[in-house]
Amino acid sequence: MELAEEESEWNQITGANWHGLGLTDPIKNVEDKWLLLPAFLKVKGLVKQHIDSFNYFVETDIKNIVKANNKVTSDVDPRFWLKYTDINVGLPDRNEPEAIDKRVTPHECRLRDITYSAPIIVTIHYTRGRNIVQRNVNIGRLPIMLRSSKCVLTNKTPAQLARMTECPLDPGGLLRGQRDGEGDPCSGAIEQESDYRRVGRRERDRPGVVYLVCCRIFGRSKFSHSLHSSTHGGLKSKTYVATKKGKIYLRHNCVHEDIPIVIALKALGVQADKEILLLTAGNTESYKTAFSANLEDAAKLGVFTRQQALEYIGTRVKVNRRVMGPRRPAWEEAMEALATIVLAHIPVNGLDLRPKAIFVATMTRRVLMAMEDEKMVDDRDYVGNKRLELAGQLLALLFEDLFKTYNATLKTAIDKVLKKQSRTNEFDAFNTMQFQGDHLTSGFTRAISTGNWSLKRFKMERAGVTHVLSRLSFISALGMMTRISSQFEKTRKVSGPRALQPSQWGVLCPSDTPEGEACGLVKNLALMTHITTDVEEEPVIRLAFMLGVEDINLATGTEIYGPHTFVVNVNGTIIGLTRYPTRFVSQFRRLRRARRVSEFVSVYINHHHKAVHIASDGGRICRPTIIVENGRPRVTSEHISLLKKGTVTFDDFLRKGLVEYLDVNEENDTFIALYESDIVPATTHLEIEPFTLLGAVAGLIPYPHHNQSPRNTYQCAMGKQAIGAIAYNQLNRIDTLLYLSVYPQQPMVKTKTIELVGYDRLPAGQNATVAVMSYSGYDIEDALILNKASLDRGYGRCQVLRKNATLIRKYPNGTYDRLADAPPDENNPGQVAKKYDIIQLDGLAGVGERVDPGDVYVNKQTPTNATDNSFNGQAATVPYKNTPMTYKSPVAGNIDKILISDTENDQTLIKVLIRQTRRPELGDKFSSRHGQKGVCGLIVNQEDMPFNDQGINPDTIMNPHGFPSRMTVGKMIELLAGKAGVLCGKLQYGTAFGGSKVEDMSRILVEHGFSYAGKDMLTSGITGEPLEAYVYFGPIYYQVYKTKTYGHGQDARPSEFCRGPRATLTRQPTEGRSREGGLRLGEMERDCLIGYGATQLLLERLMISSDKFEVNACSKCGLMGYNGWCTYCKSSKQMAQLTIPYAAKLLFQELIAMNVVPRLIISDPA
Amino acid sequence: MAQTYDPRRLVGIKAERVTDVSSRDFPGHYPDEDHSWSLNKFRENLTVKIWRVSNRSIDFDLVGVDASIANAFRRILIAEVPTICIENVYVYNNTSVVADEILAHRIGLIPLNVDPKTMDMRVDDDESTDRNTIVFDLKLECTRKKDAPKDSTVASELYNNHELLSGHLVWQPAGEQAEVFSKNPPAPTNPNIVLAKLRPGQGVEITLHAVKGVGKDHAKFSPVATASYRLLPNIVIKKPIPPHLAEKFQKCFSPGVINIDPRTKTVTVDEHNKRNDSVSREVLRHPEFDGYVELSRVRDHFLFNIESESAYPPQRLFTEAIAIMREKLTNIRRAAEALLDQPPDGDVVMSDS
Repeated sequence: MELAEEESEWNQITGANWHGLGLTDPIKNVEDKWLLLPAFLKVKGLVKQHIDSFNYFVETDIKNIVKANNKVTSDVDPRFWLKYTDINVGLPDRNEPEAIDKRVTPHECRLRDITYSAPIIVTIHYTRGRNIVQRNVNIGRLPIMLRSSKCVLTNKTPAQLARMTECPLDPGGLLRGQRDGEGDPCSGAIEQESDYRRVGRRERDRPGVVYLVCCRIFGRSKFSHSLHSSTHGGLKSKTYVATKKGKIYLRHNCVHEDIPIVIALKALGVQADKEILLLTAGNTESYKTAFSANLEDAAKLGVFTRQQALEYIGTRVKVNRRVMGPRRPAWEEAMEALATIVLAHIPVNGLDLRPKAIFVATMTRRVLMAMEDEKMVDDRDYVGNKRLELAGQLLALLFEDLFKTYNATLKTAIDKVLKKQSRTNEFDAFNTMQFQGDHLTSGFTRAISTGNWSLKRFKMERAGVTHVLSRLSFISALGMMTRISSQFEKTRKVSGPRALQPSQWGVLCPSDTPEGEACGLVKNLALMTHITTDVEEEPVIRLAFMLGVEDINLATGTEIYGPHTFVVNVNGTIIGLTRYPTRFVSQFRRLRRARRVSEFVSVYINHHHKAVHIASDGGRICRPTIIVENGRPRVTSEHISLLKKGTVTFDDFLRKGLVEYLDVNEENDTFIALYESDIVPATTHLEIEPFTLLGAVAGLIPYPHHNQSPRNTYQCAMGKQAIGAIAYNQLNRIDTLLYLSVYPQQPMVKTKTIELVGYDRLPAGQNATVAVMSYSGYDIEDALILNKASLDRGYGRCQVLRKNATLIRKYPNGTYDRLADAPPDENNPGQVAKKYDIIQLDGLAGVGERVDPGDVYVNKQTPTNATDNSFNGQAATVPYKNTPMTYKSPVAGNIDKILISDTENDQTLIKVLIRQTRRPELGDKFSSRHGQKGVCGLIVNQEDMPFNDQGINPDTIMNPHGFPSRMTVGKMIELLAGKAGVLCGKLQYGTAFGGSKVEDMSRILVEHGFSYAGKDMLTSGITGEPLEAYVYFGPIYYQVYKTKTYGHGQDARPSEFCRGPRATLTRQPTEGRSREGGLRLGEMERDCLIGYGATQLLLERLMISSDKFEVNACSKCGLMGYNGWCTYCKSSKQMAQLTIPYAAKLLFQELIAMNVVPRLIISDPA
Repeated sequence: MAQTYDPRRLVGIKAERVTDVSSRDFPGHYPDEDHSWSLNKFRENLTVKIWRVSNRSIDFDLVGVDASIANAFRRILIAEVPTICIENVYVYNNTSVVADEILAHRIGLIPLNVDPKTMDMRVDDDESTDRNTIVFDLKLECTRKKDAPKDSTVASELYNNHELLSGHLVWQPAGEQAEVFSKNPPAPTNPNIVLAKLRPGQGVEITLHAVKGVGKDHAKFSPVATASYRLLPNIVIKKPIPPHLAEKFQKCFSPGVINIDPRTKTVTVDEHNKRNDSVSREVLRHPEFDGYVELSRVRDHFLFNIESESAYPPQRLFTEAIAIMREKLTNIRRAAEALLDQPPDGDVVMSDS
């Protein structure tokens, strides 16, 4: 009976209970949850950060800026006003009035060197006479980011993109400005890392100060308080609370000297000492003791009341206002400074400075905490304390500056017209606006093409904001779009900001950083990183109050620092207190998951500071993760199968609260499981895929988790230089320099990242069969041996396309350049000179013709009087001189394409694309995807190469010494997986932290009759006997690089010749290959020759072949003369002629010029 | 009965190394043994057995020669047996997406069916004649098909001549060529090699000159896809394999190499199929077979495989190689004799070629 009962109970447990699953069934893992990643990328794209930021600017921010600066009035006529009611950015169009089809594609702009821009249209209301008129005015043109909401490429199918000659794999996200003569004339807007530290920093090494703890804050004013402030946070003033000799002071740029903190607080309206003590030190005894000295200080200075404090500060405020009207009393100055400049990010209602006082008090408390416990100092390199500045923000700042200038000039223009008393017709401001010129357009173009953001109004002076996008390879362009550069000084030797921060996990790639001086300062985003844009703050604050936050202004120090109270901050501003932080935060999160607030608002508890922080500002780095509830991920296999079917998108996952964005700060408040099996009851989130912690460039490396980490870093730097396919439209592009691989292949061992970024469709490399063995001795120091037959069949072949552009100008005097037919040869009438033989009747070289060095390919002629301003009226009769374009490269090329077009300012533009095809030769650089670069050391005939039982020869032989010290085990596994893939006819995966398993690969090898270890028995191609060792043999993805030790073709030799250019000053040979320089015989080499006793060689190297110079010197006085005449002795009797280095002669003369007489003591050796 | 080999003829296959790779049957290596070369002995040992001949490839055994000889044939096959290939490309028009040089390179790699015997080598500055050059024309223009289905995206349905194929080469007979090649007009061995893809408006017009050349100049002149050999595998079971491991043992070799008696589970090496073993050394990996089996290969037994990718039928290639080798030997002999005839101090002048 009992048994039966037990059994039924047992059956109940084991049987199907819920959704057909029993309790003892193993929990099914969410298969293929990585599919969320392509879903994410489909929505966001690889460069979503730039595009989102630009869209925010164009759609939201630009309107805010105009709203804040919406009125233009006149000083002359008080009745006149002009008001901007709306602003809109149109779609990009052709800025040519006579154009019939105004539509323009980015490709056309690229070819014609024009800016891809759209008109900015404002709606204005203004007074015209007695009427109020509404009109739309075009005030300028804004460069449009590719694939942003205003771009014509957005939401187009690949077929539509193909019709516009645009590559569907190109991520977009760049602004096109004109930049002459450099790379692709595309400037990618690049974000800069801004240091947005909240509180607490310790500085040592200050002379005279033992140590200084300071608490500083960048106030970013959100509201138009003063004349200087920007709507957008351009004016960043820093407010410090710092210690000096154990006492605490408030420091700000607008005050001459440090203000004792107690005085500052009194000035802010906290008069009672008791209250000050409570607000700063609370009830903690140690803090009270530390703070009491400050109270005494204020008393000593005789400051007791608010009025006294304001007077104290007022006398020290920097008054940098124009002198207008009577001088105000000191306390008013102080009030103004405190209300508007100090801590500008805190709103002030009326003259209620209480919020500011509380903020200063909390800053002070943080300083007190840090004084007592060093650990309370914030980590300045913590990623959560950083904000990234993107294209949108920078453009917004630029726009605001330009718009303000525009309004100012508009106002003066209007004033000028209104000043005239008698006007014939009614004044219409619209006409004035029409004649305002292209201030905005040129401002944008200039800033983007030079990269100089110099906005005096916002005290911003920054160079190098934009960069020319490198189109060397698809990956280099992609890598550049995800780059983050730090404003930190590159040259300073500090390790802190360069070190890998634990908080970088998942948001910044740990591998992708350059070597050398920018190491660790230039970073790259990880694959799933998103950067937030501003989210409106007020609703968030309202929501916080709704969730039971008590207003801060009602609290006293006792409450703020009470044992169970937590301060609630929104974007760094204290708004209130809560006693139930956990409940508050979880409720807030629940509302966010229900989409009641934006998904990019983050909330977290900081237990050290006993604070809840809510952040809604832009520039925070965040990433999506799967939410885990009750030990189970909310994303289930059902969701994934829906995703596979394509019925749901990533946004649906967000909307349903299955996935959420976590910023770096909120991550600290979570417990994220790496794999589903790691989930424990406390787990709150689950990673979508571990490999997303790498970026797009590091993601190309197969099995990176098996490599020594620096190798991955080297590969990240090198992979960008690999020659391959650039874009689907590569053959339609005319870039300054384009390197293309003739037969690119997708890698045998790929990664999920490769598929996601499209590297398998735009690859840069070939799967070479590699034998890891020693061969011939020409493979030392990482050199590679190449199979000549492989090269014959097209391995490593590449094309170089070079742009040569010229303008057919029209000159102001009415003359113009022209293209001319080839002139007849002077020596050989009736024939065309050799260098003109490819010129056709139109004065241009024929497409497809071979261009030899020295050939003319554009026979342009320029009028001789082009610079004369006098117009003689007969443009056709002026004499012309030849100004042809001559081919300079030492290697012949072919004319690939010629483009004839017009630029924006109506000059004829001719672009000639010249192509060279190169096959690999000695000295060319090759590399696998594991940072293992090597040059080609020898090219071996096929019959000399070793071969295996199948008769397969390797394409490349690599020396095994490359492995032990580099420890690139990933490369060995790549070979194994590649070989298995070849044998079973499948591509294998080498995805980080996953990928095809070595065991499976070995099994495939054995099944196909190969050794499990990937080692084959080879036969020497030279002796015909078997090799005594088995050789690791199989395909590895190899990349070819553009750089080479020497040039190509005829140039491929070191510079060695007996004559060449010389430096003017010293008459010594020039230095460096680019200046045809010599090779220096330096001090160390000289030492060797001295040691050897090779005096004649020394003499020859150091003088005769360098800067030998014949001088006449007087053996009597020892001074140099000339022509056998000593000017000092006034005689020619004892003159001697000798040969000295010119540099020595120069030295003597320089010494003489400085009143030092060097005398040559000359004696006859005989 | 398993064939046993003289242990001196075997190359040892160990788990991590290969032993005794070189032959030692030369005079003076083994004391008191005569290993001087004799034609009779060589004749006795030399065997050539053809196993398989197809249109494109041949498998045969060459037994009883030194590795150097077998290798010499292999090397000659790859690098020195001449073929006819396109060397000069005159592009009149090429509007395809493939650049001229690359198209020329691709065209150069097309194997042609011209018997090299019928042509002379064109040396450096020779005039092109009907004896040393064959001319082809390649002219194609892609156009839209008028009756193409509207919604089709397939190139072959939409366009005429959407692919430029090796079959589009048109031979232009010159001089006596029309007569010489009347039986077998020059053409690519494979007419389906895609040279370029074309779209409406694109076309090519090219004249091609094919000449005779050898593989060491450029891989395109190599008459073989590959010519290689491997040594005959030899598997010796030292002691009987335990029946429960029989299947595992069998799996360590290529299929058919190991026989298991279905009744007694006795493991034997299949003498006929032994040659098919891939020598994966899998058996050496398993400790349970340690000492049960010995792997080796026969040093002078070469399993040749020649894959022809040219005008030559595969069976002719090897004899061609022998002819070239003989020619080289004659040259050397002539030079050696010249050396003997010369006064002792004078410089030796080798004859050309």
